[in-house]
Amino acid sequence: MSKTIVIDGKVIPFEDGQTIIQAATAAGVYIPHLCHNPKFTPHGSCKLCTVKVNGRNCSACTFPASEGQNITNISEELNDDREKITQMLFVEGNHFCPSCEKTGNCNLQAVAYHLGMTDNHFPHFFENREVDASHPDVMIDHNRCIFCTLCVRASQQEDGKNVFAISGRGIEKRLVVNSPSGLLRDSDLDVNDCAAHICPTGAILIKRTGYNVPIGQRIFDHAHIDTVALAAEGASHDE
Amino acid sequence: MQNFIKNLAQENDFQATRLLKILRGVQTKYLHIPKDAIEQLAELLNIPRTQIQNVVEFYSFFHLQPRGQYDILISSSITDLMVGQEELVNYFAEKLGLKIGEVRADGVVSLNNTSCTGMCDQSLAGLVNGYAITKLTKSRIDEIVENVNKQLPLEQWSRDLFDVQDNIIKSDLLLNQKPTQGEAINATFARGLMETLNEVEKSGLRGRGGAGYTTAWKWKFCHEENAIQRYIVCNADEGEPGTFKDRVLLNSYADSVFEGMTVAAAIIGATQGFIYLRGEYLHLYEKLEGILQARRNANLLGKNILQHGFDFDIEICLGAGAYICGEESALIESLEGKAGIPRNRPPYPVVSGYLNKPTSVNNVETFLAAANIAIHGGEWFANLGTAKSKGTKILSISGDCAKAGIYEYPFGTTIQTILNDCGASDVLGVQVGGPSGTFIANDEFERKIAFEDLATGGSFIVFNNSRNILDIVHNFSHFFAHESCGFCTPCRVGTSLLKKQVDKIVEGHGSAGDIVALEELCQLIKNYSHCGLGQTAANPVLTTLERYPELYQSMLKKISYEPGFDLDKSLETARRMAHRDDAHAHLAQVED
Repeated sequence: MSKTIVIDGKVIPFEDGQTIIQAATAAGVYIPHLCHNPKFTPHGSCKLCTVKVNGRNCSACTFPASEGQNITNISEELNDDREKITQMLFVEGNHFCPSCEKTGNCNLQAVAYHLGMTDNHFPHFFENREVDASHPDVMIDHNRCIFCTLCVRASQQEDGKNVFAISGRGIEKRLVVNSPSGLLRDSDLDVNDCAAHICPTGAILIKRTGYNVPIGQRIFDHAHIDTVALAAEGASHDE
Repeated sequence: MQNFIKNLAQENDFQATRLLKILRGVQTKYLHIPKDAIEQLAELLNIPRTQIQNVVEFYSFFHLQPRGQYDILISSSITDLMVGQEELVNYFAEKLGLKIGEVRADGVVSLNNTSCTGMCDQSLAGLVNGYAITKLTKSRIDEIVENVNKQLPLEQWSRDLFDVQDNIIKSDLLLNQKPTQGEAINATFARGLMETLNEVEKSGLRGRGGAGYTTAWKWKFCHEENAIQRYIVCNADEGEPGTFKDRVLLNSYADSVFEGMTVAAAIIGATQGFIYLRGEYLHLYEKLEGILQARRNANLLGKNILQHGFDFDIEICLGAGAYICGEESALIESLEGKAGIPRNRPPYPVVSGYLNKPTSVNNVETFLAAANIAIHGGEWFANLGTAKSKGTKILSISGDCAKAGIYEYPFGTTIQTILNDCGASDVLGVQVGGPSGTFIANDEFERKIAFEDLATGGSFIVFNNSRNILDIVHNFSHFFAHESCGFCTPCRVGTSLLKKQVDKIVEGHGSAGDIVALEELCQLIKNYSHCGLGQTAANPVLTTLERYPELYQSMLKKISYEPGFDLDKSLETARRMAHRDDAHAHLAQVED
């Protein structure tokens, strides 16, 4: 008999070594997340995937599944708090969906819709953040970076490079590029690298592809993030 | 510069784990970390330049832009503020002819504030080029300004400026012991390693950093892990504002602390130990190196220690200004030459710690206690204290009291007893356990120092009735926002939002909804943060809001929020145009 955990009353099998989110995804249960991607080492920083494990808050993307776990994933409290964490990400950066090329394809935006977020709730930071358009094919708009480190991990773990890193402390944190000048142009990033395409927001964009897909035909224009994530990430678990 | 950097890297065996030590050398020599140095070190140490950049930007004592030849930092702990820190720093800046945070135009001197330097019993304190200066007054500031303007080398400054007192006022079980060198090691081997572990378990010793994990279990788990190499680490990153007992223990009881580490290493099977000394305690570095060397000479460290067939040595690693490194997994990251970002758990350090090997991280005081338990046995220790908190606790007492300093008490001692002993009167309250601990009001002084009541890593700050609680909360909120590592959203964004929200209320711009918003934010940070820093960052607000709600209310603008127009009525045109009149087409004037 396989081992099981319980999420919102549903019995879910897991294998040793699986995290809670891995077991959940394989069983078709969506847990909201932004920094998690099953292809890469879990990071556990965005905290959107926080679930209650036997009453205690744990990050589902890093916490190992184990026998006897009674997990709450959907509750008013968790949903409200995840919404506030998402709002924190919105006010920390400068996110203006209507003018962002990523709108409709953006995980941050889609998660916000999923959680029923209708305003930013917290006061904005309005930090001055820069744009690095030096690379011929790829640009970074730091206004939209949420420090999920997916580009960092993709570059290391998928592309075999080390193009990106997060630097600084606290609210001063920022995405940096591993090149002598600090500019993307002088890094060894290639437009075909996984790291150039992994950004869950509009912080890393491919040049000259803007609006190739018109608004209205984009991923989240037609499907909710839970369906999209389960289809994409459930599949990659099976690989 | 190239040769200097190369030699520095060579002295450190080109080890990336020694990055902090190397960067300290570069910072001292060039007053900053030049870009070229980062490039060269990336190559020499074979690590990405971004890792070095991150370390430089993460730690407060490294800089990308040059600081002055004399870089002066003034502690901005609440106890410093209580002796007029603000006025004195302004005076200092004016005399030096610069603005706080800046380098003077001639490049000779820079001045800035810094988090608590662990000298709360001899405030106002600070650091000059990393070395502690104490009891700053206007006349001592004048002396420093004169030295700086004369560009007098630090060695020629009056020693009195750097005088650091122990101020041990009340000794008990541990502070009364002066064991001879090797006594604990010999006792351990005479009794047997596992038998000594049993004694440590019997003693009921729990971690003295504040979290209170049972020491014997930590050692046992570490010992039981299947590994060739294990590590023992002494956490001397005493950063909790108001705590300074480890400074005193390392100044006057270092031999016993090292002996405790050696005993622990023998038990868990470690051959290498580290002491992670906070950068603010640079003044202790040479002395501790000397003691370690003396111990090597006496065969108390090194190969085949005292003919017991056991090898062990200790290396001192200096921090560089980051409170978060007191968290054990962040400390381990820092030991590995990285930014101090707490790891995901599990695995715990006892399973996968330094270089992913089993590692036991224990507090300075824990090792001191362990050394003495190894000599006297578990019962000797367990005889004192309460059922759940055995032995004694060494407190760092500061603030509004006649005798600030070090006090050792059996667990279970009441706050009132302590206040009587330290000469505190007209007391408003006590911050027990530092900003991350609890604020106790003056009707709670029968409460006890104990893990089951008031747990503390040692910080005990007394406030009298002339103090404003909101000033304290203000200082603590700024501290946490400054020290958040920034890894997780709730702490990174939350502590900054909290700082702003507290500022808003303290500055008198709050209105009716702001207290609710404040509490809601606190709960979010507390419940969702990645590590202990975030989980406790809201404690100053939460513990005072619970006790003094009327104080917060009194800061709010007297008018409740009154919009100048009828919100629902102004939607009438819109409803008519949209042919809608359902519930969602209406807005309440005031939110529920």
